[in-house]
Amino acid sequence: MTDIMEMTAVELGMKIKTRELSAVEVAKAALARAEEREQEIHSFLSIDGESALKRAGEVQKQIEDGTLTGPLAGVPAGIKDNICTRGMKTTCASKILENYNPTYTAEAVQKLEQSGAVVIGKTNMDEFAMGSTTETSYFGVTRNPWNPCHVPGGSSGGSCAAVAAGECSFALGSDTGGSIRQPSSFCGVTGIKPTYGTVSRYGLIAYGSSLDQIGPVARDVTDCAAVLDVIAGHDNKDSTSVARGSYDFSGALIDDVKDMKIGIPRDYFGSGLDPEVKDAIVRAAKVLEEKGADVEEFDLGLVDYAIPAYYVIASAEASSNLSRFDGVKYGYRAEGYDGLHGMYKKTRTEGFGAEVKRRIMLGSFVLSSGYYDAYYLKALKVKALIKQAFDRAFERYDIILGPVAPTTAPKLSSSLDDPLHMYLGDIYTISVNLAGLPGMSVPAGYDSKGLPIGMQLIGGCYKEKDIIRAAYAFECATDKIYVKAAPPDMRIADEGEEGR
Amino acid sequence: MADRISDETIEYIGILSKLELGGTEKEAAKADMEQMLEYIDTLNGLDTEGIEPMTHAFPIYNVFRNDVVENGDESARTLANAPVQKEGGFVVPKTIG
Repeated sequence: MTDIMEMTAVELGMKIKTRELSAVEVAKAALARAEEREQEIHSFLSIDGESALKRAGEVQKQIEDGTLTGPLAGVPAGIKDNICTRGMKTTCASKILENYNPTYTAEAVQKLEQSGAVVIGKTNMDEFAMGSTTETSYFGVTRNPWNPCHVPGGSSGGSCAAVAAGECSFALGSDTGGSIRQPSSFCGVTGIKPTYGTVSRYGLIAYGSSLDQIGPVARDVTDCAAVLDVIAGHDNKDSTSVARGSYDFSGALIDDVKDMKIGIPRDYFGSGLDPEVKDAIVRAAKVLEEKGADVEEFDLGLVDYAIPAYYVIASAEASSNLSRFDGVKYGYRAEGYDGLHGMYKKTRTEGFGAEVKRRIMLGSFVLSSGYYDAYYLKALKVKALIKQAFDRAFERYDIILGPVAPTTAPKLSSSLDDPLHMYLGDIYTISVNLAGLPGMSVPAGYDSKGLPIGMQLIGGCYKEKDIIRAAYAFECATDKIYVKAAPPDMRIADEGEEGR
Repeated sequence: MADRISDETIEYIGILSKLELGGTEKEAAKADMEQMLEYIDTLNGLDTEGIEPMTHAFPIYNVFRNDVVENGDESARTLANAPVQKEGGFVVPKTIG
């Protein structure tokens, strides 16, 4: 039999269902793989092996007595550490929440647990999901399983690296400006950012509330659809949750794109795009065209305005959302302060890292009296125009296809010194959040160093099924050659390689 | 607009953000923010006359429900997360003279 952790989540679920494997055996295999790889990769901030094995035992019983019948029963999962889990620390990779134990479990995780998935641990991330490399984590960097000299991307870098390294079969991430899609691209896994309102944000520690969405990270499209089937749904506890007609995303796994209209934004193929990434995406589009899709280039417009608008809006929301961390109700409290305000200030100054402080200050500034209209309102107007540009595109096309990121994974320590340059790496993903649309990253090739390249598929509002169908057809046409775990011995000898 | 962020402004931002910035940090934050704002000024190249600001991509309505406790008493667990607690309450520095 193939190595347990080489199988996809749905394959594993099936083997458990047919009693070829037990949930406990599978949990043990995941924990053993994590034990083997964690020292190098550091995908997880915490692993609770004892609870995972206990839970796997319970799940096995429920599978045997017929209570649990779904495809994820007994399948090991990782959860990004900004998603609350009762009984497991939830730190947002920040010193300020180092010892935070949530009193409740996020709705998305609760749904996973009800489906029989076995949570093995909490995954690393950029502090409060602010970053594109997982290097702003207070607890140390995560390395890319394809090459440990490179970053896994971010902010859901731990979730994507854990899946790529086979430490869990799938994971939950969150995406505010590309935080599921970009690390999925860098780690060669599949990730979906659903339409805003599709997955409950109850229990997701807020960064930019109008942009945040939880979504699945998995080996292939079938797994992502299976996870989305479970975690999506209307939730009274999230006032922005939307009641949708259908949540059967797996039903869209159809190998047929005949007559599907695919638009390729010319603006996504400008000078900043790495030629190797460009070639891979052009080849991927060709694959879908050969399968009968109607592929056409067009001008989306406004691409250069998405990043500045995003940083104004996300920072503004962050400055408000993160005001709750003040050393009173939970988390870190500084010592040796003077009075209440002194305590707030010292706690926050010592508790937050540089990138988080940078965004809180920017957010406070753009919301402050005298600057609110010029920056915040202006950005909200630009957001409206960006949404209109997508609306116009989706009058002509079923989906939009392009790269996820301008490059493959950069080397460790090459990004943080120049934040503005790092922000520019989100150019193709960020506008999707501003418009609230679904987007996914699908593995579509490798660069000359063997690092994965992701293709981004963007759907119209509530049209996840269109992108899932196109991604599935692409996988079928390419015999899933890009769907594989990172090779276990991936120490590509590039220590002397120049920074990218 | 190279000096948009004066010493007074960065001081004020520190107050709004509830962050304490030392001398060198303050200078770094000023430079950082100038650079970001200069970049954000790209937005001024776009005519937004007559465009309604959009907070959410889709219409969002207030959602109401009856004020009924649904999650049981979590006070002990909640308090257990507090850095300092006493007699069932959060302890804060003295706020009234």
